[in-house]
Amino acid sequence: MKILVPIKRVVDYNVKVRPKADESGVDLNNVKMAINPFCEIAVEEAVRLKEAGVAEEITAITVGESSAQEQLRTALALGADKAILIETEYEPQPLGISKALKSIVERDNPDLILMGKQAIDGDNNQTGQMLAALLGYPQATFASELKISDGKAEVTREVDGGLQTISINLPAIVTSDLRLNEPRYASLPNIMKAKQKPLESLSAEELGIDLNPRISTVKVSPPPEREAGIIVESIDELVDKLKNEAKVIT
Amino acid sequence: MTALVISEHDNSELKGATLNTISAALQLDEEIHVLVAGSNCNTVAESAAKANGVSKVLYVDSPEYENFLAENISLLIKNLSGDYSSILAPATTNGKNYMPRVAAFLDVAQISDISSIESNDTFQRPIYAGNCIATVTSSDDVKVITVRTTAFDPVPSDSGSAEIVKLEEINDAGISQFIKDELAESDRPELTAADVIISGGRGMQNGENFNLLEGIADKLGAAIGASRAAVDSGFVPNDYQVGQTGKIVAPNLYIAVGISGAIQHLAGMKDSKVIVAINKDEDAPIFQVADYGLVADLFTALPEMESKI
Repeated sequence: MKILVPIKRVVDYNVKVRPKADESGVDLNNVKMAINPFCEIAVEEAVRLKEAGVAEEITAITVGESSAQEQLRTALALGADKAILIETEYEPQPLGISKALKSIVERDNPDLILMGKQAIDGDNNQTGQMLAALLGYPQATFASELKISDGKAEVTREVDGGLQTISINLPAIVTSDLRLNEPRYASLPNIMKAKQKPLESLSAEELGIDLNPRISTVKVSPPPEREAGIIVESIDELVDKLKNEAKVIT
Repeated sequence: MTALVISEHDNSELKGATLNTISAALQLDEEIHVLVAGSNCNTVAESAAKANGVSKVLYVDSPEYENFLAENISLLIKNLSGDYSSILAPATTNGKNYMPRVAAFLDVAQISDISSIESNDTFQRPIYAGNCIATVTSSDDVKVITVRTTAFDPVPSDSGSAEIVKLEEINDAGISQFIKDELAESDRPELTAADVIISGGRGMQNGENFNLLEGIADKLGAAIGASRAAVDSGFVPNDYQVGQTGKIVAPNLYIAVGISGAIQHLAGMKDSKVIVAINKDEDAPIFQVADYGLVADLFTALPEMESKI
């Protein structure tokens, strides 16, 4: 079985980003970049499937600027076998990314596409579902458990009321939630080895993919600030404030 | 111009998130149709017809929609989409699951999790876990939108009188099968609809200690939530999680107990009206968003609080 793992380069999850002073966008000057945490979980799951003998080959792929090679190397260090970069000058949006991924899926025919449920920059939560639609594949989003057998994937999903388990025919798209696994750390020898693994570079233009943004950002502003609160000294004072000042309990 | 709102329900009850979504749709379009797709869900269609501002309920009743499998319901919505200038769903796990599939079928970009409507093509939505608010414009003819329900007041659901139109639309994609649901049974209000929420974090130390929150929740009629740390540690199930990737809540009162206040957690609760934080670490970031902070050991503070409310 072949697995394709689309990943995204994003601002590290520990960074508290701010809008630029002129509100023209997010201030990304000198911020630490990393592989999106949900994508890292997807890579880990693919590697575990390979270690279990279920999968033979893992390809990591990303659509973005050339600096995203760094995150592809991270995926290779975690255990992916090869990587593909689809380079574009636009800041890609989910619909365009899914079209670019579709062209590679049709070329390479993976049996399973494992990816993060959302990227923590745009928080869109769209790309996996869109790719599934464009390919006519089934989807299992927000996965917390994945079992592969007999040409099907049985997936437990994190839903609002608890958990849901579905079975989908392969080829399929599975998107990872937080509790699918805990990703390993790449070892130094594996980081060194990753530098030798194949990385194919393509341009969106040569693939004939329309990555024109459909959504344009008018401005990016800070969220409304909360007024600083007070520290109370005791439960008595807290209960009194909630009853008589905030009037949220009776 | 007409909007199609996809209802959220469990085949017996219309969920409140639908009413918030109708409220958002009314800011976009004059006429609102609501789709009720499910199995044996006629009571849901009747409830939807009573929601204010709705002129027509499209009612589709067939077994392949019972479990809201994205493959089937997205085909249905695609087939119905022709008449609408906007299609909206609540940003629940259902809406997030099928809606991007609909958008891709229609070759339009989805606008996810909108928190405000500026005009019929311009919207606000939180990005980077709510650390920034983006104002975005869509150039697509049809707007496919998921709605952050806490940002829109629900429409009343008692005085509407929409026409119910039953449709025979069978769409079984045949590529996915439902196996089972393991849903939490609780007498407490749903997190996303509760007036009061009390949440526990890593500081609770184990699942048993969540009992300390139960007594207070009983007295306040509150829902119980948790931080990611508490869910990851196995203290409570995943459906308790409040945060960037869990549930987004905005109750009148949010009580955070033993929660440090990671930005991913704050993203899910900082629009609450009043925030209380109880934490023994006075430097915990949660105090920066709390209206009332109490630096105390939760194991003594919680029983005392329970006895005094």
